[in-house]
Amino acid sequence: MPGEMRIVLRNQGQVDPFKIEDYMARGGYQALKKARAMKRNDLISEVRESKLRGRGGAGFNCGQKWFFAASAENTEKYVVCNADEGEPGTYKDRIIIQHDPHSLIEGMLICAYAINGSKGYIYLRGEYSYLGQVLNHAIAQASDHGLLDGFDLTVRRGAGAYVCGEETALIESLEGKRGEPRYKPPFPPVQGLWGKPTIVNNVETLANIPVIVEKGAQWFSAIGAPNYPGTKLFTLTGDVNRKTFFEVPSNTTIRDLVFKYGEGIPGGKRLKAVQIGGNSGAFIPENLLDTQVDFDSMNKAGLTLGSGAVLVMDETRDILDVITRIEAFFEHESCGKCTPCREGTPRLVGLLEKIRKGDGSHFDLDLMQKLGRIMSRSSLCGLGMAAPVPLLTAIQHFPNAFEAKVSKKTSEEGSPW
Amino acid sequence: MVNLTIDGRQVSVPEGTSVLKAAQSIGIRIPTLCFHPDQSIKANCRICLCEVEGSQVLQAACASPVYENMVVNTRTPNVIESRKMILQLLLANHPQDCLNCIRNGNCELQELAAEYYVRDNPFEMKTRHMEKDFSTPALFRDPDKCILCRRCIEVCSVVQTVNAYGMQGRGASSIVVPSMGEKLLESTCIMCGQCIHACPVGAIAEREEIDKFMDAVSDPERIVVTQIAPAVRVAVAEEIGKRTGELPMDAFVSALRHCGFDYVLSTNYTADLTIMEEGSEILERISNNDRLPVITSCSPGWINFCETFYPDLLDHLSSCKSPQQMFGALVKTYWAKKMGIDPARIYSVSIMPCVAKKYEAARPEMNASGFRDVDLVLTTREVGRLFRLNRLDFSKIPASSLDSWMGNFTGAGVIFGVSGGVTEAALRTAYELATGELLEDVEFNAVRGMGNIREAEIDMKGTKINVAIGHSTKAARELMEQVRSGQSKYHFIEIMACPGGCIGGGGQPLTRSDQQRAERIQAVYLEDREAKLRKSHENPHIKTLYDEFLIAPLSEKSHELLHTHYTPRNNQYAVPGYSPQACQKKN
Repeated sequence: MPGEMRIVLRNQGQVDPFKIEDYMARGGYQALKKARAMKRNDLISEVRESKLRGRGGAGFNCGQKWFFAASAENTEKYVVCNADEGEPGTYKDRIIIQHDPHSLIEGMLICAYAINGSKGYIYLRGEYSYLGQVLNHAIAQASDHGLLDGFDLTVRRGAGAYVCGEETALIESLEGKRGEPRYKPPFPPVQGLWGKPTIVNNVETLANIPVIVEKGAQWFSAIGAPNYPGTKLFTLTGDVNRKTFFEVPSNTTIRDLVFKYGEGIPGGKRLKAVQIGGNSGAFIPENLLDTQVDFDSMNKAGLTLGSGAVLVMDETRDILDVITRIEAFFEHESCGKCTPCREGTPRLVGLLEKIRKGDGSHFDLDLMQKLGRIMSRSSLCGLGMAAPVPLLTAIQHFPNAFEAKVSKKTSEEGSPW
Repeated sequence: MVNLTIDGRQVSVPEGTSVLKAAQSIGIRIPTLCFHPDQSIKANCRICLCEVEGSQVLQAACASPVYENMVVNTRTPNVIESRKMILQLLLANHPQDCLNCIRNGNCELQELAAEYYVRDNPFEMKTRHMEKDFSTPALFRDPDKCILCRRCIEVCSVVQTVNAYGMQGRGASSIVVPSMGEKLLESTCIMCGQCIHACPVGAIAEREEIDKFMDAVSDPERIVVTQIAPAVRVAVAEEIGKRTGELPMDAFVSALRHCGFDYVLSTNYTADLTIMEEGSEILERISNNDRLPVITSCSPGWINFCETFYPDLLDHLSSCKSPQQMFGALVKTYWAKKMGIDPARIYSVSIMPCVAKKYEAARPEMNASGFRDVDLVLTTREVGRLFRLNRLDFSKIPASSLDSWMGNFTGAGVIFGVSGGVTEAALRTAYELATGELLEDVEFNAVRGMGNIREAEIDMKGTKINVAIGHSTKAARELMEQVRSGQSKYHFIEIMACPGGCIGGGGQPLTRSDQQRAERIQAVYLEDREAKLRKSHENPHIKTLYDEFLIAPLSEKSHELLHTHYTPRNNQYAVPGYSPQACQKKN
């Protein structure tokens, strides 16, 4: 697609995912060779200086994360690929694995060398069972070619819990426990799987690594937005002409995602809102469309980049309806460990349903916002913190959708004091 | 040392300290619910949230390690508002029947609701209406009251290695359930009741049976006789607002008489008797190299544990009944005869630091007297309630001494209440019986202490005896694994199911920390030190008992009344004669 810049998807459509030879013919595993010839510290510095930031949603400097794990000595270390792609509307990791599994495996092997890790896991979303075959095949081929160099790499399937995309819940699940997040610190690079230093990187992050090693930090850091360089993979869904995936430099605007790459809204309708980052993303009104999608620009505008899912809603969509469905999703996916999320998510749904039915008051609207604010700052993990975000941003940007549905009464009505 | 500021005050604490503990050290009390001083950090209730400068979100004080120049605020409006709403969320599906709750006045959630002046709840009340669990005679569960702190799960799995509890469901449908079954009775539960101490609310408690006692007292035909277990006196003081150990026996006895007990006797007496029987059994089995190690059988939680997890090793258990059941068998036979009372009229109540004793008393094999040997077991906490019910003023209560024949005891009986006590008491007697020499220093310090497993080699004039002491069933498991693999080097093992022994029993005043257990242990040893007689075989009424009734330890009569057998459980307690349905009525 014109305007795209393909780093992560460099081999998409160019290689047979079942043939390592195809991948190698396009320069695959050269970066691994180069990396293994480097000093570990130099390799980590290179990755750090590329300013590559985690593509899973938290946006932490990847090289810095590796550095923490690399600093620990005389201990077993693990490399885990987070392929538990559970954000509704997101399928970027699936595209990478499906079309080019070796880019991910090469990224993991480079990471393993950098931190001196001995064992790796690819934690694959339960619904992606068919990709397990692709990955296992690719791992076997890499092993046959002597590329693993003693590194033990295993594919583990998730069991369908959204929260296991959170890295510590993922680790708990890998350990065979309930998928529930741990409190932090300690962070996984210090104390992760089985209590050992562990790097958990997203598929897209890892697929970037070979190219960074190959072309250098300087080349990479010059692409896109300076504080969040490189490209970002997006998956476009909803009321948009082209429901597709594409990879663009990180300084692309939201408007371009929808109108340039997505070719606008069908039926000549007007845009109402965009939600970026899956269900946990903020609701974005028309007037913020010129925000760049990079992590910091989004944050500054009170938005989140998240996983890179882009949901477009046209003017006919009922905000309250969409929000209620989203909050019901969080109620369903809350793990139940911490109070604010476990008890808060069903309350948000209850209040939303009350308002939708026309039984709500201003008091309910206020309560919902207060609860949302408190959940955002008091939950144990990102799930509970993000769960109220769509609601709060929808109330902020589309207040009429809510105001129109509630009566004026308050809890202390009738009292002159 | 790390320097930080909490609520504007400087504090210096060792590296690795949590904000919660750092704050505590300067008197700033941050509220908690899932936190427990003896357990791992969970950080799931989120009540201890604080503001940390530089962080956009609130941080759980229990799980936040301090760092240099950290600035923490524990009482900002933002923090208070958040904590209060979290409380309201918990309360919105918590049954609003504090007045009827067994933990009324002693509930961590209730306390916080008061502190945070929760007057109304903006959220609609939604109780889950789950079935209460009355399947065991020892404890009951009310899952509706559970706030999912998971302290019970941890104590059961980590301290006791019983794993009777687990989490089920996700999100708002998460519940704590007895694992592998719907009811506690069907789980691996050993009824030790440690989860009662762990529970911050009224979701788990003892089966309260004060009503049964009241019925017995009001029946003029009944003669209500009680036995007081060794660990009760020191702890019951805590129930009436006194310091541990500060209620003298004569005041305790007097208080019990005020409550309606006709005769007040002591389990310490049968503790002395246990030493005679068990000590003889130990010496006999050691000399015959018969099923060694011999393992104690006083702790009913431990017996349940062994029957459940080590059914193949039941032969190692001493055949002696626990002191409670020895007492029960004797009070309706020997004592009744001696007192000229028709045993059918005797209502035998034991006052125990234990909830598993409620199950032990209900065992079908415990009827050697021709009646149910022990009719009712009241825990220390229930006796505390009885005292409050009677509004006793302990500052003006007249002194009263224990009744005779089964009321006197030695220091050896007293120390049954602590882990290591049975061993020490046995050694005091066994040494003299085996060597024929007088034991000058009766305090065996090697077997004392709080270590989960302690061991000692005792030299009995050339014969060396290896003993081990374990408390908590985690320690029991470790010792039993050695026995199972043939690696155990011990002649004798003492096991108590509860941490610290009976002083930390599931029926004791709610116990929050090991510190509290240590204080009770000290009080018990003090009572022993002040005793005139400190060896069981010196108890004159034990001598009388043998002379007049039992003839000798391990005699036929002893076996009939004082010894028992054990049943492999295969994880369930559904034994003939005990019906869980009978326990279904509201607690």
